[in-house]
Amino acid sequence: MWAYIIRRVLATIPVMAFVALFVFSLLYLAPGDPAAVIAGDQATPEDVERIRASLGLDRPYLVRFSEWAFRILQGDLGTSIFTNLPVGHMIAQRIEPTLSLMIVTLCLALTIAIPMGVVAAWKQGTWIDRAVMGFAVLGFSVPVFVVGYLLAYVFALELDWFPVQGYTPFAEGFFPWIENLVLPAVALGGVYIALIARITRATMLEVLQQDYIRTARAKGAGQASILFLHALKNASVPIVTVVGIGIALLIGGAVVTESVFAIPGLGRLTVDAILRRDYPVIQGVVLLFSFVYVLVNLGIDLLYTFLDPRIRY
Amino acid sequence: MIPPGLAIAQPMPDVLPPVKPRRGVLGFLRRYPTIAIGGGLLLVMLCIAIFAPFLWTKDPTSLAPALRTREPGAQFWFGSDMLGRDVYSRVLYGARVSLLVGFSVAFFASVIGLAIGLFSGFIRLADSIVMRVMDGMMSIPPILLAIALMALTRGSVQNVILAITIAEIPRVTRLVRGVVLSLREQPYVDAAVASGTGTVMIMWRHILPNTLAPLTVQATYICAAAMITEAILSFIGAGTPPIIPSWGNIMAEGRALWQVKPYIVFFPAVFLSITVLAVNLLGDGLRDAIDPRLAKKL
Repeated sequence: MWAYIIRRVLATIPVMAFVALFVFSLLYLAPGDPAAVIAGDQATPEDVERIRASLGLDRPYLVRFSEWAFRILQGDLGTSIFTNLPVGHMIAQRIEPTLSLMIVTLCLALTIAIPMGVVAAWKQGTWIDRAVMGFAVLGFSVPVFVVGYLLAYVFALELDWFPVQGYTPFAEGFFPWIENLVLPAVALGGVYIALIARITRATMLEVLQQDYIRTARAKGAGQASILFLHALKNASVPIVTVVGIGIALLIGGAVVTESVFAIPGLGRLTVDAILRRDYPVIQGVVLLFSFVYVLVNLGIDLLYTFLDPRIRY
Repeated sequence: MIPPGLAIAQPMPDVLPPVKPRRGVLGFLRRYPTIAIGGGLLLVMLCIAIFAPFLWTKDPTSLAPALRTREPGAQFWFGSDMLGRDVYSRVLYGARVSLLVGFSVAFFASVIGLAIGLFSGFIRLADSIVMRVMDGMMSIPPILLAIALMALTRGSVQNVILAITIAEIPRVTRLVRGVVLSLREQPYVDAAVASGTGTVMIMWRHILPNTLAPLTVQATYICAAAMITEAILSFIGAGTPPIIPSWGNIMAEGRALWQVKPYIVFFPAVFLSITVLAVNLLGDGLRDAIDPRLAKKL
């Protein structure tokens, strides 16, 4: 098994290298002159030249890429064009709110979606099943900012149960922190809940038809124990896979959710960077999110061996 | 006369069900109500987009500062925004941008992904390289990839379509390649190879038609995802230029005022949700109709 783990970890290196190459190459792939776009409409030719030089567009591609990759490996993500601060520093300042939002969303989504999917599979064909599946289609269709504004309007403005916007650091206490994160997490979690509930139901339907479930029932195991102990355990591999793939949805959604709820996280940083065309920041954030995404999926791949001992590599 | 000991067989009961007549389009829609509902809603949206100028709209970009932020009423059905533009007209014209982006991305991503997927699934040497590239692209969350591309280009509808298409291609390629890999081992493909059919002909005649059904279903989901991504890009200021009334832009403009004038955000949000829902329902229905085995699973 250790051989597998080492092989799997090593296999992520080319993927990450490719992501780095791709993010770097975007500057060259973009139609038109990126330096001119970043400089904006009021820029003088000198400004454009300065930005071209700071992005390294005036030097050969491969030279530039090897320099850039070398700096990335040392943890240096470059310097913001707009604030002149190191990108790594700007990211570090903004990481807590985003991380909090994602963790809360993940916990919320798993506690809601998995029981939903399990019950839908158990009650297959009934109105409960149809309601869950209907909810799943809705969850896929209603974009995150729409849910966000709706929740904020009803639960913050009208009912005044939660703060409308903003973020309180975890250091100031659990309740102020969680209070600000409930609505954003529900909004962000919609798609994710739909996705997980759907795959949970699908996998459970398959598992529930197997012989050992009938055996468990025959020896008198209770319904809850059959569903959650016997069946869910064997349905866990596809569910966990989708949980990992779905992280991409969370990352994309976080950018929007943070805008709607004025949370000063990495998403806001991205949006601000876009409006200012601060490309090094955008590169840094995309790179960071992609690496996290790759690492999460690496972790999940490794988790398989523990979840299902039959998986041997 | 019947000799004794022989009994006449009783007439067999009619166990075979009567042959069903062809049920036609209506019967098909009755069998797959999600296609009917989704397709119907989408058709309504399409009509709204095409006939927007005739649906009692005004010029969606004409300003009327004296009449700004009016509540919905007789003069402004959906109210007016902070520049006095008619939200009703803007939302109706916004359908054009959303549908254009959704359909275009679905089309281009499918065609390009199909080409790459066929190529990579059939030519083993290309496969390892192409799939590593696709793996790398898939490790970048699609919205971020589109954002990164849009930050480098000037906002225009074409660039939005291009950016979202690039972000969606890897998923189509994966799907097509998977189908090709499983079909490549089929006896009928071996037979075609043995009888000397050229690679291009095998792909065209024997592989391509079999990828079309799953690809159609995938295309509807891409269409839905593209419409959401377009709205998100416009909403955060990296999409269509503000002068074009797209649903994302209208919501972005209404954002500053949403606590006092929620209707500016509300109407485009409802239209966007309904349209995406329609496309998703259509996709689910098509999936059920095309692949009944999969339908039971999901």
